[in-house]
Amino acid sequence: MDLSTTYMGLKLSSPLVVSASPLSESVDNIRHMEDAGAAAVVLFSLFEEQLSHERLELFHHLTFGSESYAEATSYFPEVPEYTLGPEEYLKHITRAKRAVDIPIIASLNGFSLGGWTDFARRMQEAGADAVELNIYHIPTDPTVAAELVESGVIEILEAVKSQVAIPVAVKLSPYYTAMAHLAARLDRAGANGLVLFNRFYQPDIDLDRLEVTPNVLLSQPQALRLPLRWIAILYGRISASLAATSGIHDAPDVLKMLMAGADVTMMCATLIRNGIGHLTTVKNDLLRWMEDNEYASVEQMKGSMSQQHVHDPATFERAQYMRALQTIPVWQ
Amino acid sequence: MTNSVGRRANAIYKVARRRDDVLSVTRAQTRDAMMRHFKTIDGNEAAAHVAYRLNEVVCIYPITPSSPMGELSDAWSAADTPNLWGLPPTIMEMQSEAGAAGAVHGALQTGALTTTFTSSQGLLLMIPNMFKIAGELTAAVFHVAARSVATHALSIFGDHSDVMAARTTGFAFMPSASVQEAHDFALIAQAATLATRVPFVHFFDGFRTSHEIQKIEVLDDETLRTMIDEELVLAHRARGLSPDHPVVRGTAQNPDVFFQARESVNRFYDACPQIVQRTMDRFATLTGRCYKLFDYFGDPDAERVIVIMGSGAETVRETVAWLTANGESVGLLVPRLYRPFDAKAFIEALPPTVQAIAILDRTKEPGALGEPLYLDAVTALREQETRNGSRFIEPPVVIGGRYGLSSKEFTPAMVKGVYDELAKDEPKNHFTVGITDDVTHLSLEYDPAFATEPADRFRSVFFGLGSDGTVGANKNSIKIIGEGTDYYAQGYFVYDSKKAGSVTVSHLRFGTEPIRSAYLVEQAQFVGCHQFGLLNKFDVVRYAAPNGTLLLNSPYGPDEIWHCLSRPTQEAIIDRTLRLFTIDAYAVARDAGMGGRINAVMQTCFFAISGIFPRDEAIARIKDAIADTYGGKGDEIVRMNYAAVDATLDRLHKVKVPSEATSTGEPAAVVPDHAPDFIRNITAPMIAGRGDSLPVSALPCDGTFPMGTTQWEKRNIAQEIPVWEPDICIACGKCAMVCPHAVIRIKVYEPSHLDLAPPTFKSFDAKDREWQGLKYTIQVAPEDCTGCALCVDVCPAKDKTQTRRKALNMEPVALLRDAEKANWDFFLTLPELDRSRVKHGNIRQSQVLEPLFEFSGACAGCGETPYIKLVTQLFGDRALIANATGCSSIYGGNLPTTPYTTNTDGRGPAWSNSLFEDNAEFGLGFRLTIDRQRQWARLLLKQLAADVGTQLADEILNAVQTDEAGIFEQRARVETLKNILAQRDTDSARRLTSVADMLVKKSVWIVGGDGWAYDIGFGGLDHVLAGGRDVNILVLDTEVYSNTGGQMSKATPRAAVAKFAAAGKPARKKDLALMAAGYGNVYVARVAMGAKDEHTLRAFLEAESYPGPSLIIAYSHCIAHGINMTKGLHSQKAAVDCGLWPLFRYDPRRAESGENPFQLDSRAPSIRVKDYMLMENRFKMLTKSHPALSAELWKAAQHDADTLRQTYERLAANGAGDTVTKKADPAVATT
Repeated sequence: MDLSTTYMGLKLSSPLVVSASPLSESVDNIRHMEDAGAAAVVLFSLFEEQLSHERLELFHHLTFGSESYAEATSYFPEVPEYTLGPEEYLKHITRAKRAVDIPIIASLNGFSLGGWTDFARRMQEAGADAVELNIYHIPTDPTVAAELVESGVIEILEAVKSQVAIPVAVKLSPYYTAMAHLAARLDRAGANGLVLFNRFYQPDIDLDRLEVTPNVLLSQPQALRLPLRWIAILYGRISASLAATSGIHDAPDVLKMLMAGADVTMMCATLIRNGIGHLTTVKNDLLRWMEDNEYASVEQMKGSMSQQHVHDPATFERAQYMRALQTIPVWQ
Repeated sequence: MTNSVGRRANAIYKVARRRDDVLSVTRAQTRDAMMRHFKTIDGNEAAAHVAYRLNEVVCIYPITPSSPMGELSDAWSAADTPNLWGLPPTIMEMQSEAGAAGAVHGALQTGALTTTFTSSQGLLLMIPNMFKIAGELTAAVFHVAARSVATHALSIFGDHSDVMAARTTGFAFMPSASVQEAHDFALIAQAATLATRVPFVHFFDGFRTSHEIQKIEVLDDETLRTMIDEELVLAHRARGLSPDHPVVRGTAQNPDVFFQARESVNRFYDACPQIVQRTMDRFATLTGRCYKLFDYFGDPDAERVIVIMGSGAETVRETVAWLTANGESVGLLVPRLYRPFDAKAFIEALPPTVQAIAILDRTKEPGALGEPLYLDAVTALREQETRNGSRFIEPPVVIGGRYGLSSKEFTPAMVKGVYDELAKDEPKNHFTVGITDDVTHLSLEYDPAFATEPADRFRSVFFGLGSDGTVGANKNSIKIIGEGTDYYAQGYFVYDSKKAGSVTVSHLRFGTEPIRSAYLVEQAQFVGCHQFGLLNKFDVVRYAAPNGTLLLNSPYGPDEIWHCLSRPTQEAIIDRTLRLFTIDAYAVARDAGMGGRINAVMQTCFFAISGIFPRDEAIARIKDAIADTYGGKGDEIVRMNYAAVDATLDRLHKVKVPSEATSTGEPAAVVPDHAPDFIRNITAPMIAGRGDSLPVSALPCDGTFPMGTTQWEKRNIAQEIPVWEPDICIACGKCAMVCPHAVIRIKVYEPSHLDLAPPTFKSFDAKDREWQGLKYTIQVAPEDCTGCALCVDVCPAKDKTQTRRKALNMEPVALLRDAEKANWDFFLTLPELDRSRVKHGNIRQSQVLEPLFEFSGACAGCGETPYIKLVTQLFGDRALIANATGCSSIYGGNLPTTPYTTNTDGRGPAWSNSLFEDNAEFGLGFRLTIDRQRQWARLLLKQLAADVGTQLADEILNAVQTDEAGIFEQRARVETLKNILAQRDTDSARRLTSVADMLVKKSVWIVGGDGWAYDIGFGGLDHVLAGGRDVNILVLDTEVYSNTGGQMSKATPRAAVAKFAAAGKPARKKDLALMAAGYGNVYVARVAMGAKDEHTLRAFLEAESYPGPSLIIAYSHCIAHGINMTKGLHSQKAAVDCGLWPLFRYDPRRAESGENPFQLDSRAPSIRVKDYMLMENRFKMLTKSHPALSAELWKAAQHDADTLRQTYERLAANGAGDTVTKKADPAVATT
C-alpha cells in the first residue's frame, strides 16, 4: 500500500501532516509525532507581532518606575543580553530537525512586510524544509478595497520567495472575495503550496462579565466542509500543492480531502483532544479503508472527487446550495 | 588597557620588584606603558568593580545606598564574569546584615577572599562579627556606602555615623572622597589588608559618592594583579580552617589570659599605617595617582587648616584652591587612613605655620566632648606636644565642628565660613555649619553667595519626573560627554520622597579640570524643565545663571508660551537675560511611539542648544548611545528613539523674550492659609524644597510629628481621575476598598445635608435596607488621586447600552478639577455615619468607614496600601501600628507629609517605626505596655470603685468589647470615669487617669513586608507568634524587597527574576503561613484582595478578634513584579487561580468547638502556573535572559503549586483532631 505523497516537492511517506499548534513547542512531541506516523510537522507559528510586542513590553517593564526614587533607581537586575529575536524559534527548528527524519515546516504568522523576509531566510538557515506563511489578517478598514488586501498577500509572498530557496506555502483564510482568483495569483507569484484554511481566534462574549473574550475553539469535524469545497474547486487549476486543514479528525476525513484534491491533510485539534498517538489510529484506519476498498496508493485517489473529476461539478457551486436548501424539512 | 600594554607594565613592575626597589620605577615609565582607560560610573560601581574582581565569596544583603554594589556583583556573576583568578565569585544573599557578616566570617575563616557591602544599620548589625574578624586578624575589606544611623528618624542619606559607630571594632578605616578614590581605595584596602592582616572598612559617602557619576580612570586587571601579592593570598588561604591541618579558633578565655591575648595584636596595628603608605606608593607607581596617609593641599605655609574626610574634602579642596589663588593662607588635610590613626603622620602633614585648625566630622555624638575625628586629632596634637614639644611655630587653636549630616549640602560658602571662623580670635568650638541653630547657637554664619566654581565649567540642572526618563537621559549625556571627549564629567541626581509622580532634579557638570564639587549645582548655564507644571511648584529659574539658557517642555508654541508663565518666572527670565527655548516633547515622543518617555527628545534639545558638540556630531553620538543602551532590548526601541531624535530639532523653538513681564499670574500657595501653624511654617517649606532654611527651633526635638499631613500637600499628579456615574453604580464598595490612596470615599448621610451641596455634587438614595432614607455618595479627591485606575478596573457595574462605560470611568482631570475640588471639600463636611450602623463584615457597608490612612506617597496602583487602609477603617481609632522599615514605613512616615490621620474625635492609629529587623518585638512591646497598664487600671479601678461608683466600675470591668457598640459604650464609660477622676486630687486618681484609656480595647498591628517577615525579622516574628500575646501581624507580601529596588527575599517565588537572583530564584517560596499555623495557637490567614475581597475582609476581622497572635499574609502586587499596575488585581487573582497563592484561614477557635481549624478558601487551580507567570515580567524576562533555565524553573513552579494544593487539601480534609491545636494563653488573652 503506497501512502506516499508529494507536497511542495517534498516527498512525504503519507499525507498525514501535523499542522501548526502548541504541540510542536516540544521536541519530544515532535519525536512522538514522527513515531505515531506524521509525515511532516508544521511548527507552531512565530508571530510577527509577538516579536515586536515582547520587545516593547520588556523595555517598558525594565524601565517603568525606574529613576524615580532614591532607594530603588531600578526594579530589575541588569541583564547584558536578552534573547529577543526569533533565536529560540530558530534553535527549535534545528533541534527538531536533529530529532526527527521527517520534514519540518516552519510557520510565520503576520500581515506586514517588515521583518518577514529576514525571518524566513533565517528559518531556512536553521534547517527548515519549507516555510508556511500564515497570512492572518482582518481587513477592518472600510476604506481598504479587496484588491489592496489581495495585493498585500501577494507582496508578502514575493518578498519571502525572493529570500529563500526552500518551498513556501501560504495559509489563507476563507474570507477572500475571489478565492479562486487569489489562489491563481498566488500560484503565479510562486507559492509552492496553499494551505486551506486557517482558523481565526474568534471573539466570544462573556455574559456574566459583559466582556469580549477571545478564545480558541478547536475545530469540529464539520469544519472540513469549507476546505473540502475549495480544494475540490482548485484541484487541477493551479500548480501549487494543496494542503487541507480544519476539521480533519479521522481517516474518513483524510480520505475525503485526498479525493477532493489535497496533497496532504493537516491535523491539530484531534491530536490535542485524543493525543498524538491518534495519528497511528488514523493511519491504520486509512490503510484499512484503502485495503478494503482496493486502493493501491494515495496518488490514485488524489483529486478523484475534485470538481473536475466528479460527475456533477455543480455540486461544489451555488446550484448545490439551492438543492441543499430544498432538502431541509420544513419543520426544522 | 590592552593585554600587551598591560603585560609590559606588569613586566616593568616585576623587574623593579626583583630589584627590591619598587619605587625606582618612575611614574613616567609606567604611565607611558599604560593607555589610560576612562569610564563614567558611580561610586558604588567603582568600588564593586574592584571588590568583585578581588574576592571569591561575596555575602550580601540589600540596604540603601550600598545595594547596587551587591546587585552589580550578582548581575556580573549571573553573566559568568570571572574574578581576577578566573572564576565568578560566589554571591550569597543572606537574611540580614548580621547573617551576611556571619557568613563572611565563616568564609574568611576557611580561607576565602571574602567581602560584603553595606550601610548604616546594616553595618551596625555586622559589628559583633567585625570584632571577631578583627580579633582574629583576618584580612578582609567591607565596602561601606556611609549613611546616617536612624535616631530621631530614619535617613537613607549619607554621613559617617555608621562607620563611626563601628570604629571600635578593630577594623582599619579608609575613607574615599570621590568616585575615583572609591575605585582606587577598594584596591589599596584589599592589598593592605592582606599585608597587614588588619581587616578594613573602606567607606565613601552614601549618595554623594555612591550615586554620583564621575568620569574616572579605571584600574585594569594587570594593575590589580600587580597590587595583590599572590603570596599573601596564599598565606590568607593557608590560615583557613581545615581538617587537614586543624586548629582551634574562637576559644573562651578567662581573666588570666584574655587581656594579654588582646594586647598581642598591637604590633599589627602599629605596622598598619606604614604598610598602607607603602601600598599607596606602589599604587602611585602603577597609576600615577599618589595618596598619603594624610594628604595636604593648599598653601604650604597655611595659617588656617581644615581636617576633613569623605566627599566634603573635595569641596574643601576646591575652595582652598580658590582661596589660595586669591591670596588666603589656608590649607586642607585629608586623612586617607582614619584608623589606625597615625598621629605622627598627621602632625607631620600639617604645616608648621598653622595657627588654627578646624576638624570637621560628618557625625554627631551627643554628650561627647567632641566627634571622633576631632577627638583623635586633639589627642594626637596633645600627645605630640607633650612628647616632643610643639612642631608648630605657635601652638595652633583647634576647634571641632559638624557638617553635612544626612547628606546636608556642604558648599564652598560653608567652607569659607569655617576658614573665616578660624581667623577669629576666639573661634567657636563644637560648631555646626550648614544649618541655622537658633537654639544652642552653635552654627556658623557664612555668605551663601560665595562660589568657587571655575567659569569655564559647564553646569546644568534638569527638572523632570521619574516617569519621563529625565534621569536616564542625563546619565546617558554624561557618558556621551565623559567617554566621548577629554572633558571630566559629573552627574548627581536628587529624587523625591514620594514614589508616585516623583520629581527628579539632575545636576550635571562638565569641564576640562577634574570636578571636585561635591555639592549641588546652584548657578547653571543650562536649566531644563522637562515638566511645565514644575515651574510653579519649584523655583526652577533660580538655578539659572545670568545669560544662561532655559529650556521648557510645554504644550505651548513659541508665540504663546510667554503668556503661560507666571509673573515671577517672567521677571526672573528677563532679569537674568536668559535665552528661552520651548518644545512640545510629549507630542514628539508620542509621534515616535515613545509614549510618555521624552528622554531622547529633551536630550537632543540639550545637545543642540548647549553646543557641546556640533549638532550633527551630537546627534550621531546620541544615536550611538541609544544603540548601546537599548540595542540589547530590541530594534524597535532603538528605532523609536532614533525617530524621536530625528523629529526633535524641527520642533524646538527659540522664544522671543519681551523686555517686560506681562503676566499677572502668581504661583499658588504651597498650602492653604487655613492650614495649621505647623503645616504652614514647617511642612510647607519642606514641600516647596526650602526645608534647608528651617532653623533648629522649628523641628521637634524627639522626632514626634503631627498626624494627617498629606491632606495639605495637594500634588495634582493625575492626568485622569475616575468619575462616578450614579446611574450605573451598584454601591458594591469595591472601588473604595482597592483605592491605594484613599481618594475614593463613600459617605451615607441624611438628605438634608445636600441643601448646601455644590451644583455638580452627585448622590443617590442609599440602597441598603438599613440605610433607608439616607443618601449615598462616592466622591473622588481630585488633587490627591494618582490616576492609577484600579478603581475602574475593579468596578463590576457596566452601562447596559454601552458596556465600556462603567460606574467609574477615567476622564481628563483638567476640566474636572475645580468642580471636583468643591465637591470634595463639601464631601468632607458631611458627617461620618455612626460606626455602629455599619456592618463591618460586608464590603459594601464596611467601605463607608472612614479611612485613617490617606494620600500616601506609595506608587500609583500600590498593592499594599489597600490592606493598611482597611486596618485603619476597621480598627484605626484604637490601633497602634508598629511598622517595619520598608515601603510601608516610607510611604507611612517619610516627611514632608505623612498619611496616618485622625477621625473627628481626634483618634487614629498611633504609628511608629523602630528598625527593619525588630518590628515584631517592637509591636510586642506595645502589647506588653497595653496589657500591663490595663491590668493596673483594672486594679486601681477596683480599689477606687466605691469612690467612682461601683456600678460604673462594674460596668467598665465587665464590659464586653467584641463589637463597635461595645467599644463605643466602654469609651463613654471611661470618659465618665475620667471626668469623675478629674474631680479627685489623689495619687490613685491621677494614676488611674493616666492609664484609664487602656480599659478600652486596643488593637496592636505589626506591619511590614516580606523582607522583614520572611528574612531579617523572622526570628523575632517567630518568637512573637510563639509567645501567645494578642497582636495582629500583617505581612504585605510583595515577594521582594520592594523599597530597595526588588531584591530577592525568601518570599520570592521560584523562577522569579529579582536582584540578587538575576538568573531566577532557584528555590521555592517559603511557606510562612503554614509554618505559623504549625504553632496551633496562631490565627493565620493568607489573603489576596484582588482574588476574593470578602475573604480578605473576613480574615482581618477574625484576626483582630482572635485573642492571641494573628498573622495575615497579604498578596501585594508591586511595581517590582513588572506588571501593568492598573491590572494588579488581575495578577492577584491569577496567583490564586493558578494555585501558587492558595487562600486559607487557620483559626484555633474552631478547634475548640471541634471543627477543623484549617479552612481552604480557594478552589482547585483553574489556570496553569505558566498563564500567571506570563502576566508578569519578573517571570517572563527569564525566558529571554536564560531560556533553558526558565523552562526548568517554570516546570518546577508548576510542581510547587501542585504540591501546595495537595498539602492544603490534606489539611482541609483533616478533622480537628488531626491538627496540632492549642488554646490561646488565657492569662494574656483577656481584654
